[in-house]
Amino acid sequence: MSLDVQNLVVAYRTLRGDVRAVDDVSFSVADGEIMGLAGESGCGKSTLGNSLVRLDRTMRCLGGRALLDGTELPLSDWDAMDDFRFKKVSLVPQYSMSALNPTRRIGKMISEVVRSRKIRYKDVLPELERRLRLVGLPTDVLAKYPIELSGGMKQRVVMVLTTLLDPSLLVADEVTSALDVSTQRAVGGMLVELRDMGIVTSTIVITHDLSVLVQVADSVVVMYAGKLVERAPTATVVDAPRHPYTKLLIASLPEVGVRYAEHVLAGIPGHPPSLLDPPKGCRFADRCPLASAECAVEPPLVELESGHFVACWKAS
Amino acid sequence: MRRYFARKLLTYFLTFFVAVTLDWGIPRLMPGDPIAGLLSKFQLQPSSYAVLHSSYTRAFNLGEPLWRQYLDFWRALLHGSLGTSIYAYPDPVTTVIRHAVVFTLALLLPATVLSYLAGNKVGAIAARRKLLDDTVLPFSYVLTATPYQWLALLLAFVLASVAHVFPISGGFSYSLVPTLSWAFLWSLLTHWFLPFVTLFLVGFGGWAIGMRNLIIYELDADYAHFLESLGAPRRLVRKYAYKNARLPQLTGLALSLGTIVGGAVVTEIVFNYPGIGWLVLQAINSEDFFLLQGIFLFIIVGVLLANFVVDVVYVLVDPRTRIGLQEGTR
Repeated sequence: MSLDVQNLVVAYRTLRGDVRAVDDVSFSVADGEIMGLAGESGCGKSTLGNSLVRLDRTMRCLGGRALLDGTELPLSDWDAMDDFRFKKVSLVPQYSMSALNPTRRIGKMISEVVRSRKIRYKDVLPELERRLRLVGLPTDVLAKYPIELSGGMKQRVVMVLTTLLDPSLLVADEVTSALDVSTQRAVGGMLVELRDMGIVTSTIVITHDLSVLVQVADSVVVMYAGKLVERAPTATVVDAPRHPYTKLLIASLPEVGVRYAEHVLAGIPGHPPSLLDPPKGCRFADRCPLASAECAVEPPLVELESGHFVACWKAS
Repeated sequence: MRRYFARKLLTYFLTFFVAVTLDWGIPRLMPGDPIAGLLSKFQLQPSSYAVLHSSYTRAFNLGEPLWRQYLDFWRALLHGSLGTSIYAYPDPVTTVIRHAVVFTLALLLPATVLSYLAGNKVGAIAARRKLLDDTVLPFSYVLTATPYQWLALLLAFVLASVAHVFPISGGFSYSLVPTLSWAFLWSLLTHWFLPFVTLFLVGFGGWAIGMRNLIIYELDADYAHFLESLGAPRRLVRKYAYKNARLPQLTGLALSLGTIVGGAVVTEIVFNYPGIGWLVLQAINSEDFFLLQGIFLFIIVGVLLANFVVDVVYVLVDPRTRIGLQEGTR
């Protein structure tokens, strides 16, 4: 059991009150597992992923805990978390293109970061160079400034740097979103390779793009309005989803060979509810075609079959 | 790289040409007759007035057609001559400016550099300490929004008029003859202090606010968040933020260094400090075209030189501009 998240609640503090972007979410990621975290914008997937590494000053952990290899992560304690960051948990940010300090040579920046973590740069340099070559980068990128690299190269540098110390958990936040499709495939392939080579133990891939998850993820967690609605192996989520939201999400994906000029792509009408004052009961009820009276009570997350969890009254 | 600088130099020469032309033209748009102003200092008979007026007009070449005056101006300029001052007649303009520029530089150079250094330091610290931010920031806003002349008058009133700690006016005591003696140096220093403090304080507020805001912006930049997610200590994140925040500040410093030779007009006037700014007022009052031209020329050259230095320094300190050059994109 690599990562075990239990009843995690993360809120943003605003002037109008706490916005619970992650509300009572539990799941676990096994050793060697790549778990996809999917959902539309604002469903809390990025907040969940980020809170495991870098709980922003605007966020607050209101409850629950996260265990990594049996040790509880001190999510709310910024300084104590520093012992885990980079070494145990690492984050490939959404903004890889601008993640590197523009006025420092890349090698210099990496050496300063590594040294600030009390690790000798000399000790990691051979491995750093090996991994750069592994992802198809010449080692002289270390002597360059970020502006001299293309977007895809920067992305790879960031991925090599974040995984340099073989973290137990890697959170990849929308890493493919800013890339073109062919580079997307390559980055997805890198995530799988990092796992296959044992560099990263467990991975959480956050994306709104389900097709990326089909390529890389072993299992998928679908979130809606801060709640976990379905968790299952990737194939099950794609072929036999049980939650109405997941079904509609899958149905909104374009299919090869279908002409959408004649066949309008479905989509899901309506908007997610405000998390400042979320509706009681099932949060998807307003947009759900199957909603009925029982949905006024919040459905529990039930394991329908081994490894397939759904939070919906209509699923069982 | 060479092409870049060649193009920059061309731009600078064009700017210089246009600025000098304006510099020559603008004083001539002023109403009034400078020679009449000069002659009104003497008690003259109407007949000798007419003679003197025409001879002075000839001496200053003011009777020539304008295009001729303009060409003569360029010719003299290229020979290093700016003409004769009407205000300080018969001293040449270059001498008058040279005397004033010493006072101006001695005043503004330390005031600008020290306020830059102190403001940046304090601003950077304020950006990371809540308590300091709450105290330094409003204080700095008040300072930077204070008009120079108001602060100058306040200091002059409190420290000179009431407390008699410092002399109120002039570059040195009028009872002393400029010599290299301790008494004279001391007199210079005490006269220098109040205008210096005025300029330092107002400048300090601006630098501190600028640095504080830039650091806060940099600390919220993506690279700073990325460093944090790698567990980098705050010290490293702040070091990077400070280094990057310094770049725009550096531009500001170079630009204000360029305008230094223009003096600090209002401050120098309040303290009657014989620098370039004070000289500008004298030149305007006596409609001294030549002196005014000379001073403006000084400022033009100063600003252009400073801009050029910024261009060069930026290429040295910011890799982004340097790489832009190599790729020939600029």
